[in-house]
Amino acid sequence: MNWDWNAVRDFMPLFWDGLLVTLQALVLGSLISFTLGLVWALLMRTPTRWVQWPVGIVTEFVRDTPLLVQLFFLFYVLPEWGLTLSAMATGVVAIGLHYSTYTMQVYRAGIEAVPVGQWEAATALNLPKARTWRAVILPQAVRRVVPALGNYVISMLKDTPMLMAITVLEMLGRARLFSQEHFQFTEPLTVIGVAFIVISYLASVLMRTLERRLVR
Amino acid sequence: MTSGLWELVLRGIWATVQLLVFSALLGAAVSFVVGIARTHRLWIVRFLAGFYTEVFRGTSALVMIFWVFFVLPPAFGWQLVPMWAGTLALGLTYGAYGAEIVRGGLQAVDPAQREGGIALGFTPGQRMRKILLPQAVPEMIPPFSNLLVELLKGTALVSVMGMGDLAFSGNLVRLALQESAEIYTYVLLIYFVIAFLLTRVMRGLENHLKAGVR
Repeated sequence: MNWDWNAVRDFMPLFWDGLLVTLQALVLGSLISFTLGLVWALLMRTPTRWVQWPVGIVTEFVRDTPLLVQLFFLFYVLPEWGLTLSAMATGVVAIGLHYSTYTMQVYRAGIEAVPVGQWEAATALNLPKARTWRAVILPQAVRRVVPALGNYVISMLKDTPMLMAITVLEMLGRARLFSQEHFQFTEPLTVIGVAFIVISYLASVLMRTLERRLVR
Repeated sequence: MTSGLWELVLRGIWATVQLLVFSALLGAAVSFVVGIARTHRLWIVRFLAGFYTEVFRGTSALVMIFWVFFVLPPAFGWQLVPMWAGTLALGLTYGAYGAEIVRGGLQAVDPAQREGGIALGFTPGQRMRKILLPQAVPEMIPPFSNLLVELLKGTALVSVMGMGDLAFSGNLVRLALQESAEIYTYVLLIYFVIAFLLTRVMRGLENHLKAGVR
């Protein structure tokens, strides 16, 4: 095995650009999945079956099919339907949508974990439904779900390389670009592999600290 | 869609199923070896197993696939056929997740069961085979079932390397037909059906194993 430090040095500028794109996709994808997941979870709690059923089926379907194919679907089909987004926007939407079906279950568990007494107290105080959710239930539920949401942020991070397949130049895309030009695969691929380990380790440390703060 | 294109899709399904079976077998082997190693009494064994899981869970599956395809050949002189390269990358990556399931399952067995085995003079191997695993494995099935669906979704990644799995043949058909919505809807439905069947089989297995323990 021959390792070439010059290749590492030459790859670094591309690597930083790719890292920036990866982190952008991660932040935007997380925001979409956090919001949309809560929407799904609340819709699943509506008493009407006509809302529960379609939401349940669609989210199950999205959860059980590959994100990569969903990326292709949105990338190629949306323009056919007259909606042209940039590759990055398509990717962010796909990741956010895919992971919203996971965060939805997290929120659902969090909401169900709020003691029944809290609901009863809100009823006893004659709080309107919206106020009950906003002031009583959600603040307690969200505090419980933060650690689990953090785990999905780490999963999302590890799925961002798929964006390469729809021409977004995140870390893996830049590594491929570099290796096609210089015909050196080992160095760029190892650099981003290590980068993933480091970022996900830092993220898990951050999550543990956050978890301790919230539990206190 | 013409019959020729359907044949392409069928070949893709076959490749996906093969890859799923092979990488699930490798993943299961890795899960049990590494998961049991994480409960070993020697710290060095625990440390190495923990290091393995951290590395393989820390990187992305797609980065691993690139690594196996492009770094292994020049570095070690191995050139694997795509099916085995995909199996290796997916089996090692998902095996690291599975190892955590095995470790959690073993740790969830009541400590008194292990002590009972010691009191009866069982060797560590006998305790694992006859006392711990029969009780832990049924509890591991639901998380393994989820992991298997994740693995199925992960198999689509090999299409990026040009391996003719279901996702790849979907792309070929799209190019031939210039009609994306139809073919991708079919492809997604096929993945969904396979995932549905997998969870059913795993539920059957769980019931079967739990009946054996009681």
